[in-house]
Amino acid sequence: MIDMSPNIVLVVTIGVLFATGVYLLLERSLSRVLIGVILIGNGANLLFLVAGGAAGRPPIVGDEPEGQMSDPLPQAMVLTAIVITLGMTAFLLALAYRSWQLHRHDEVQDDVEDRRIAQLAAVDERAVTDLDTEVAAGSLDEEAAEARDETDQGAPRRVVRP
Amino acid sequence: MTDYTWIVPLPVVIPLSAAGLALALYRRPNVQRLVTVVALALVLVASVALLVLADDGPLVVDVGGWAAPVGIDLVADRLSALMLTISSAVTLCVLLYSLAQGNEDDEESAPVSIYHPTYLVLTAGVANAFLSGDLFNLYVGFEILLAASYVLITLGGTGERIRAGTIYIVVALLSSVLFLVAIAMIYAATGTVNLAQLAIRLPEIDPGVSLVLQVLLLLAFAIKAAVFPLSAWLPDSYPTAPAPVTAVFAGLLTKVGVYAIIRTQTLLFPDGRLDDALMWAALATMVIGILGAVAQDDIKRLLSFTLVSHIGFMVFGIALATDLGYTAAIYYVAHHITVQTALFLVVGLVERAGGSTSLTKLGGLAKLTPVLAILFFVPAMNLGGIPPLSGFLGKIGLIEAGVQMGTPLAYVLVVGSVLTSLLTLYALVKAWNKAFWQTPEEPRPPVRLPFGMVAPTAALVAVGLLLTVAAGPLYAYTERAAVSLTERTPYVDAVLPDGERGQGVSDDVAEDEQ
Repeated sequence: MIDMSPNIVLVVTIGVLFATGVYLLLERSLSRVLIGVILIGNGANLLFLVAGGAAGRPPIVGDEPEGQMSDPLPQAMVLTAIVITLGMTAFLLALAYRSWQLHRHDEVQDDVEDRRIAQLAAVDERAVTDLDTEVAAGSLDEEAAEARDETDQGAPRRVVRP
Repeated sequence: MTDYTWIVPLPVVIPLSAAGLALALYRRPNVQRLVTVVALALVLVASVALLVLADDGPLVVDVGGWAAPVGIDLVADRLSALMLTISSAVTLCVLLYSLAQGNEDDEESAPVSIYHPTYLVLTAGVANAFLSGDLFNLYVGFEILLAASYVLITLGGTGERIRAGTIYIVVALLSSVLFLVAIAMIYAATGTVNLAQLAIRLPEIDPGVSLVLQVLLLLAFAIKAAVFPLSAWLPDSYPTAPAPVTAVFAGLLTKVGVYAIIRTQTLLFPDGRLDDALMWAALATMVIGILGAVAQDDIKRLLSFTLVSHIGFMVFGIALATDLGYTAAIYYVAHHITVQTALFLVVGLVERAGGSTSLTKLGGLAKLTPVLAILFFVPAMNLGGIPPLSGFLGKIGLIEAGVQMGTPLAYVLVVGSVLTSLLTLYALVKAWNKAFWQTPEEPRPPVRLPFGMVAPTAALVAVGLLLTVAAGPLYAYTERAAVSLTERTPYVDAVLPDGERGQGVSDDVAEDEQ
């Protein structure tokens, strides 16, 4: 019977990885979010190792006695998860770079259309306007380029309309 | 009887191989298109074959000949086969639409060479998720389709798409990590990730632990299915993608989450301890989703909110956890995939004809393109649940199941679903009035809508009508699917015939242990 009591060092490490990861996920900058995702992903991978029980001999049939082998299945799953995380990290990095190319920053922005609807609700205005009400703002791309959130302390910003 | 199990892996294998081929042929766009269309047509044929075959009992493949709990297995039962058939029909229609769009538009807005391989990978991931009989393979299926969807949602890399894509990707990554944690915990508790074996072992573990596992899995799937309060990412990110991409996302991706909820709720956690919580979630999803839709000005965002809202109907059916509830929920999924995709394709055409998706700017389209008016009207009424269309049949099934349940909470949900239907109708009729009947700000030049884009849209609308015409046999099929889901034994027995192992080469290991 394999000893199933978890390794306390691993458990504490998992806790720290998840806590720091969640903290970083709450940031605006995509690079920090990315590091948060990596930390949480590694926490999950360690969790798999703990789930597989205590460490043992290499799981190769014939070389080692079967009772002393470590469980190979969680290791296989961790390998798969690591490969997937690698791919996602590369993609997020590319995304952050593209955001920097376009806006010179990699901050995750708010939804402009969402804000517009919220502003209309705040001044008790109708979402859908007719011929005789005010003209809507420019395209989403134009507004997205202007909207940057940490600089205006989160207050809804009035976009100047042409 | 001939052994047809070789058909089971085809919906995964064909698109994946074709994706490789399409990627290699990126210099020859015409061959690339041909490869994609042929591959998806073959997947449709294979799915229909599975739909017919699975009615006689689940088809099981132990991949690579490794017996089930040790190796990975693919299972095609009635639910999987039905989901596969609807999804492959929808992906084929959307592909034809996007091909025509590529032909019509100039090079800048036409799908780039990466579009076809990614689209194929997406369909392979969806098929893998539907067929998987193994929790970890389900995770891999999710990752395949998500990775493809990341590429599709940021296609072209404009500022707005990068913004929307970032939110979509970070939320999806978070739900994947939650799913991964759930799998690790389940493995620690039971020592297996095979769904059939889990169905046997999970009732044996401590009920408190099992509840934690259930909550973790539901959280992960509810983010993917966009169940309130985990739905805020969807209306934010979907509307910015190109029309065909939004259409296929709206139709399929959330439904994969719904499918995963149905599968795990019925097979792994049949004791229904979270059903009341799911009921409240369903109510909140329906009502808050549709109130969001009512407030919108952009027609794509309006449809995204109705998408969230109608996920609530499916969760309602699942939360009832009766045969009638599951029957109606499965029928509703089939109906909603076709209708929601059709509506998004129509909106792509509306944007083309009207030059905008803002209800303020659109107008007079009924005069400009009467065909488009009909194409919008039919699925819109279908979504609103006007009799005798399939949306009405699905909703009446859910209401019937709720009334049969008879608890006060079920009656609250029945009232909530009727209210949501009415508000859906209100939102869509408002969109109709603004886009098709209101006098436009400035008269638009007459446009010719390309036949290649109208025909697949019309075909999809026709599929939606077919679900109404063929509602009798289809409803009977979903009822048989629901009954075998709640029985659980057909699935478990098909995967593990002797209760221990599937068919494959690990028999000798099993003997050693005994």
